[in-house]
Amino acid sequence: MQEVFEAEFRRLEDALKRLERDANAKVVFLIDKNGQNIAAAGETENFDATSLASLTAGNVAATDGLAKLIGEREFSVLFHEGQRDHIHISIVARRAILLVIFDERSSLGLVRLRVKRASVELKKVFDEMDARNEPEVGVTEPSPFSEITDEDIDALFSE
Amino acid sequence: MTFINYAAKEINCKIVYYGPGLGGKTTNLQYIYNKTAPERKGKMISLATEADRTLFFDFLPLDLGSIRGFTTRFHLYTVPGQVFYDASRKLILKGVDGVIFVADSQRERMEANVESIRNLESNLHDHGFDLKEVPAALQFNKRDLPNSMPVDEMYRMLNYKREPTFEAVAPQGVGVFDTLKAVAKQILVELRKR
Repeated sequence: MQEVFEAEFRRLEDALKRLERDANAKVVFLIDKNGQNIAAAGETENFDATSLASLTAGNVAATDGLAKLIGEREFSVLFHEGQRDHIHISIVARRAILLVIFDERSSLGLVRLRVKRASVELKKVFDEMDARNEPEVGVTEPSPFSEITDEDIDALFSE
Repeated sequence: MTFINYAAKEINCKIVYYGPGLGGKTTNLQYIYNKTAPERKGKMISLATEADRTLFFDFLPLDLGSIRGFTTRFHLYTVPGQVFYDASRKLILKGVDGVIFVADSQRERMEANVESIRNLESNLHDHGFDLKEVPAALQFNKRDLPNSMPVDEMYRMLNYKREPTFEAVAPQGVGVFDTLKAVAKQILVELRKR
């Protein structure tokens, strides 16, 4: 199970906002490798974030498979060039995917440069999340799910 | 892997429909898509060949409502059933929280069913999962066909660990939601345990 707490989420979001601004991007998404959205910044309302996340994760998984077939560990950057909009995909901390959508107001060089810087920041947050998940450090917040009842679960399906 | 976002108050889980080719995995998803209110579902994505066979996966995000203040989202995926797509099939299992095995009830597809369960077991194992531990449900689909095998015989051949088992006719929706519920419940119960 992966958990993101409020403070970590804000830090991830801040890093994405900075990236979106500095790279002149339209939108930036942080997605976990299983296809779940973690955080985003920019014109998110113009994009179907859920579909983007699942297709991006599928794309990265397929590319990872290709890498392994030829003996590479991973292809850390993917770039798709469109007529108007372009997509830059990179792996952060070996576990998350950074998706940047940009147009002619930016350039591949600028995006690459800013993505590198943002990745360092994002990795720091992920590393701290991992450290927190170590059993000896302990989770301070009690899980809100330990008290889920059968009625709660049934209620989900009765609506 | 269940993903809990405490800031956005969301729980995200991944359920994978597995089974032999032409068994009705995509049909299960299509039925769920058609019967779910627009505000509770996202876009259904099908990466299929020109002949409508699943090439990589189908994807359907479902919002089941909230539990203890957390929005509960299920991401439903199907795998391509055809034997030679094994590399793609394995990728889809990454981070899975629950599995629904859709078996084809036709007698001549029994060997394909058995082979597919073995394949599921081995692909899960490669991701570090044990089918015995993963929330699962079994669906005997195409019960309306004249050449379908008796249920008890299928159960003996295909039931892996006494997982909940359902008879289904997916295009008409028979058994479709029951199967989904059975797995979703097991996933949420797992959440409670930790």
